[in-house]
Amino acid sequence: MRSRIENLSNLATSVPIHRSKVKDMSAEVVDSNPYSRLMALQRMGIVENYERIRKFSVAIVGIGGVGSVAAEMLTRCGIGRLLLYDYDKVELANMNRLFFRPEQVGMTKTEAAVQTLSDINPDVVFENYTLNITTVQGFETFMSSLKNKSFDPNKEGSGVDLVLSCVDNYEARMVVNQACNELNQTWMESGVSENAVSGHIQLLVPGETACFACAPPLVVASGVDERTLKREGVCAASLPTTMGVVAGLLVQNTLKYLLNFGQVTPYLGYNALKDFFPTMEMKPNPQCSNSACLERQREYMLTKPARDAAAREKMEAEALSATECPIHAENEWNISVVDDSEVSGSDVGSSGVLPEGLTRELPTADVYTDLPASDETSTFDDLEELRKQLEALSS
Amino acid sequence: MEGWDPTTKSTLTQIPLLTTRAGPRDGAAWTQRLKEEYKALIAYTSMNKSKDNDWFRISAANPEGTRWTGKCWYIHNLLKYEFDLQFDIPVTYPATAPELELPQLDGKTHKMYRGGKICLTVHFKPLWAKNCPRFGIAHALCLGLAPWLAAEIPILVDSGMIKHKDDTASSSEDQNQ
Repeated sequence: MRSRIENLSNLATSVPIHRSKVKDMSAEVVDSNPYSRLMALQRMGIVENYERIRKFSVAIVGIGGVGSVAAEMLTRCGIGRLLLYDYDKVELANMNRLFFRPEQVGMTKTEAAVQTLSDINPDVVFENYTLNITTVQGFETFMSSLKNKSFDPNKEGSGVDLVLSCVDNYEARMVVNQACNELNQTWMESGVSENAVSGHIQLLVPGETACFACAPPLVVASGVDERTLKREGVCAASLPTTMGVVAGLLVQNTLKYLLNFGQVTPYLGYNALKDFFPTMEMKPNPQCSNSACLERQREYMLTKPARDAAAREKMEAEALSATECPIHAENEWNISVVDDSEVSGSDVGSSGVLPEGLTRELPTADVYTDLPASDETSTFDDLEELRKQLEALSS
Repeated sequence: MEGWDPTTKSTLTQIPLLTTRAGPRDGAAWTQRLKEEYKALIAYTSMNKSKDNDWFRISAANPEGTRWTGKCWYIHNLLKYEFDLQFDIPVTYPATAPELELPQLDGKTHKMYRGGKICLTVHFKPLWAKNCPRFGIAHALCLGLAPWLAAEIPILVDSGMIKHKDDTASSSEDQNQ
């Protein structure tokens, strides 16, 4: 009994242990090395140079059920710098998801996240932004924070390597899309359905793949009658499982993209009810309504010859290194391999037919022939005049 | 537009459509769009007044026309319930609709997002997407806010979540006595 009391009082008085920063990632297998299991990825031949992760900056927009878990995963992986954006506060209603703790209720999500994450890994540089990116002012701060290169002045392009969109609404996704198209910034989008049983991740490379405005957003059909989902009310369902799975898929794709291993997926859906994972590719829409997207598409087309030459060179180099003798000495049936890199079967044009299990969330805009510029309104075309007119009506 | 009542439909057809696809970051094009927004709002407000169906006031809260504030009201059982109305024009406007906010009702109904943003997902967002860039603020009020008020206010009143201002005044007087 006495020893139990002693034990308990010891626990109560013990201060939490904070580890000090680590200068170099070591592969040494000792209990005290936080990176030994990650560095082992090199020894296993999965990743060529794991320590490169400390040079990377990742921006996470939306620190909710997916974003916070993605941030924790990247923190534990020893990412160089994390930029966190959210305008919300932690609530008790968030406790069915992972990461946030009840004692953090009332804190802003970004502050609460930095509090937990810097304890887990003090090596990571955190920047938190409590703002709404859809407003004009919030967007300016968002853009300038992405452009800021103080972390790595020699970096090409913007100041970050990847943007992860973990927001829960169409408006905010369109804003991330706008920013990334303008900055020519590769990003990944993630989402979980309102009924909590499906989700998806998508890679967006401006000019090369469909942007978020190229076509109405895709959702993974849940296998339930869609009409039954349109319940009244907006209290969306959520599960820590689905959100954890989607965060895992998102960060897995992020690691593959940053550390250059395996295949980076262009789109991966997750249907929890049927354990179905559809995947597809989407080409950009030449009639996209986003002008920055069209500009990126033009730039991408201009670099096509250079890309083709590089691909050919790589193929030739591979062919040279391969064994010189033919694999099959005889070819009785004249079987030949046809290059199918140009016409990929799984490719879906932005307006094309979708693979089974995927549907669109919103309709496409109707095409209207532009009305002739209305001249009859020239009588009052002064902004101030119009403002006063509305004011007069309001009095 | 199936499922909409004939009055809303006929009102909608009389609100001038917009033509300029421009958001608050588009400089001169945004000024042009703003003019179209004003024209549509003026037409809609005058139409409401002429039909004795005046139900909102809205004006730009900054010179750029990116933030709007005003009031809206709804008559239920012969009593007028009035609420503050506010919204920002998102940077991706008009590809995305403005998120209309009734801050005084925040937390009183679950058909609302944080900060009092009314839920428009099912009844309005698909229409907006389909009619981009021809719909503007006036259309958002007519097809987004008006049906929301008509559906929600009676429930909020009947369930006691909101009280008429005279009602609350008299009940507080009662307490004083």
